[in-house]
Amino acid sequence: MTHSTQEWNDVPGAVLSARDIRVTLSGKLILDGVDLDVAPGEFVGLIGANGAGKTTLLRSLLGVLKPTSGTVERPRRDARTGGVGYLPQKVALDVDAPLRARDVVALGLDGGRPGIPLHRRATRKRVDETLDAVNALSFAEQRIGEMSGGQQQRVLLAHALISDPALLLLDEPLANLDPASAYDIVTLLDRLRRTHRVAIVITAHDMNLLLPVMDRIVYLAGGRAVTGSPEAVVRSDVLTRLYGRPIRVIRAEGRVMVIADDAGIPDEVHHELPAEVAGASGSSGLSGSSGGGL
Amino acid sequence: MFEDFMVNAWEAGTIVAIIAGVVGFFVVLRGNSFLAHAVPHGAFAGAAGAVLIGVDPLIGLGVFAAGGALTISVLGRRARSDVITALSLAMMLGLGSFFLSRSSEYSAEVFSLLFGQILGVSSVQIVPMIVLGAVCLAAVGLLYRPLLIASVLPEMAPSRGVNPQIITVVFGFILACATTMSVPIVGALLMFALLVGPPAAARFVTRRPVTAIPLSVLLALVTIWASIALAYVSDWPVGFFVTAISALIYVAGRGVSALRRRVPASRNTARVEAEAVAA
Amino acid sequence: MGSDVAVASGGFLASPTVQTALILGGFVAAVTGIVGVFTVVRGQSFAGHALADLGSVGGAGAFLVSINQVWGFVGAGIIAALLMELIGVQRLKGRDVTTGVVLSLGMGVTALFLYWDTTIGSSSNAAVSVLFGSLFVVNPAVIGPVIGLSIASLVLIVAAYRWLLMSSLDTDLATARGVPVRLTGIMFLIALALAVELSSLTIGAILSTALLIGPAATALLLTRRFGLAALLSAAIAVATTWVGVWVSYESYNWGGPTNWPVSFCIVALIFLTYLAVRIGAHIHSRRLKPATEASAAPAVAKDAGRHVAEVMG
Repeated sequence: MTHSTQEWNDVPGAVLSARDIRVTLSGKLILDGVDLDVAPGEFVGLIGANGAGKTTLLRSLLGVLKPTSGTVERPRRDARTGGVGYLPQKVALDVDAPLRARDVVALGLDGGRPGIPLHRRATRKRVDETLDAVNALSFAEQRIGEMSGGQQQRVLLAHALISDPALLLLDEPLANLDPASAYDIVTLLDRLRRTHRVAIVITAHDMNLLLPVMDRIVYLAGGRAVTGSPEAVVRSDVLTRLYGRPIRVIRAEGRVMVIADDAGIPDEVHHELPAEVAGASGSSGLSGSSGGGL
Repeated sequence: MFEDFMVNAWEAGTIVAIIAGVVGFFVVLRGNSFLAHAVPHGAFAGAAGAVLIGVDPLIGLGVFAAGGALTISVLGRRARSDVITALSLAMMLGLGSFFLSRSSEYSAEVFSLLFGQILGVSSVQIVPMIVLGAVCLAAVGLLYRPLLIASVLPEMAPSRGVNPQIITVVFGFILACATTMSVPIVGALLMFALLVGPPAAARFVTRRPVTAIPLSVLLALVTIWASIALAYVSDWPVGFFVTAISALIYVAGRGVSALRRRVPASRNTARVEAEAVAA
Repeated sequence: MGSDVAVASGGFLASPTVQTALILGGFVAAVTGIVGVFTVVRGQSFAGHALADLGSVGGAGAFLVSINQVWGFVGAGIIAALLMELIGVQRLKGRDVTTGVVLSLGMGVTALFLYWDTTIGSSSNAAVSVLFGSLFVVNPAVIGPVIGLSIASLVLIVAAYRWLLMSSLDTDLATARGVPVRLTGIMFLIALALAVELSSLTIGAILSTALLIGPAATALLLTRRFGLAALLSAAIAVATTWVGVWVSYESYNWGGPTNWPVSFCIVALIFLTYLAVRIGAHIHSRRLKPATEASAAPAVAKDAGRHVAEVMG
């Protein structure tokens, strides 16, 4: 069902190659056959509304979520490359955790190794360099939990970057940032993929900040995806076909707005617990699928 | 205070404080206080069961501590872990009451498993303590970095080849090991106080893990040494002093942290820096 | 424990001990079950358990100054609840440490009180009876206050119901809608302390925790609707309590030195019910989606719950 623009498929030497990803969670079809190839140094945006399956796709690409069907080939971790770097959407950090930015970044390098770390000068230098690369050197000694959201984002980015990954998967890194910090991060990412040849796959519900740097867009809706250059995808006719209902794309003053013509269906009001609160319900399949009740 | 019969108490207290300081650092970092309460507390049921069938209570303690930790980490994977901890603890204690009702002789020792009998430690008991304590320390030393990353950044750990779920199970076993060595000597209550108070205070004071762990051990040592001395002088229970001093140290640590937050000098420079970048 | 020997012979329902156990146990179970749903949803299981244990401070203290144990339990519970609130239960991370410090301090004070109790002469087994208290040996003097205060706990919950609902779902949203989140938290902790202390006093701390968490967690597996979950939880609590009383009563005929402790029977039933429902829910969800990673469900389900219609940019 994927309407991918042909020229982008089968990129030679792709760092990531996903085929026909299908994911069903709690009886609900979240992804319905998504293909994706990413070349080194490429900047790919996964765009879609809340609930479109962006995080699910990203977690499938990372390998922490096993798709119901489909295959993913991703870079392996070996002596030369750090494999896949990942920045989750929400990292709940304890304000009082006794960890400095520097400690968090060092864990990105050797967090999986046994034994007590005895960091040599070379390691410390590498940590400094990575912190510098994300403009975080000035708060390297601060507690990670006491930093602002933008600062934390940069430190966690350094954590993901220090192992020299071939691919970075970033889940909504701009969601909780003010426009200036978000612009900073985007500029930074754009620089990194040029200097380090790292491929970047980033999710966002607002594509505007990413438009200047994205090589390719994967637009998700209803479990399906349209892939192509931003100009080819973000068009009224393409998105209308994807959503299966009238969608208008408006461009004004260099910004893009995607509007559903029949928007405004009010949320149903009911006193139900969000799934995470009802976490006691374990696998939660029972209630999640039937929409509440027995 | 340093008579022959007290030597064992000083030794046992010192060993327990070192283990509790190190393991407790991760208990607090992982937000596992409830687990640290449930494992020692629930493990007493194992001792009761062991007495009933006529084996060494230490074995019963070990089996229940490890079994409890394993149950909680496995069942807690797909549900709220605090709910599972509460249920498992209640179930273990329920089994304890069942075992006690089957045998008529053990009731008095329940009290000592809860509140400890550190002043009556025999030198025979010190040996298993040292062995189990060494196992705990070796495990923490070996898994230091995976524990750290799985505790602070569980979502990012898999990309470093660390499976947080496995770490949860392994840490449960470390906690069970620490419990088994200490509960017969210092009691479930005192062990819990040492696992939470001093490590929680240490993290308020320092922001580096490599200093937080030694500081946590030091605070635990101060707590237990002062408690043994005060208990010896006053004849009041050791448990009271340990919990009271732990709580005091914790409150003091929070005070330090509150003072530090009032002078956020480094924050201002960071903000200036951020503005410079934006411009 | 030797406390269960009171039950001897005669018909199950004819025994006055059983009648008291069924009526009082059922009442306490229903209240604890309802409060439990909020406890589980708010993630305060540890606080709930700690308050049950902390009743022993009050129990031991009340013994020391010779007042009715009810006031000792309730007083200690409310003081502990306020202490937890004061040193910061509002921050979710680190809340468990606060609870832990208060709990261990309370237990330490219990140790001291018990020491004084025994040295002053009146040997008491307060700690043991608090932990393993039995429905079959309820002191008649506590029945009146227990029922009165249980109702007070329910009244608090009902009065704060909407606030609790809002602040349990999302604190920020609740604040924006004008819910006094802090006050709601305090009201809830006091209701929790009342319910838990009363059940701790009548049926023991072990059972109190089991009744608080088990039925609520089971009910939340079956429905995600708040009100329904509370009713279901109360029903499960009452049912397991009654069946447990019956099993304990019958076990007298099964050999062994005494009948099985009633607390053990009820706890085991609660635990098994929870496990059975969880396995059932698991099988049910497996049938719906043959080969998926269920652990990823909560995060995704939350996203999926939001509406698709959107305006971007």
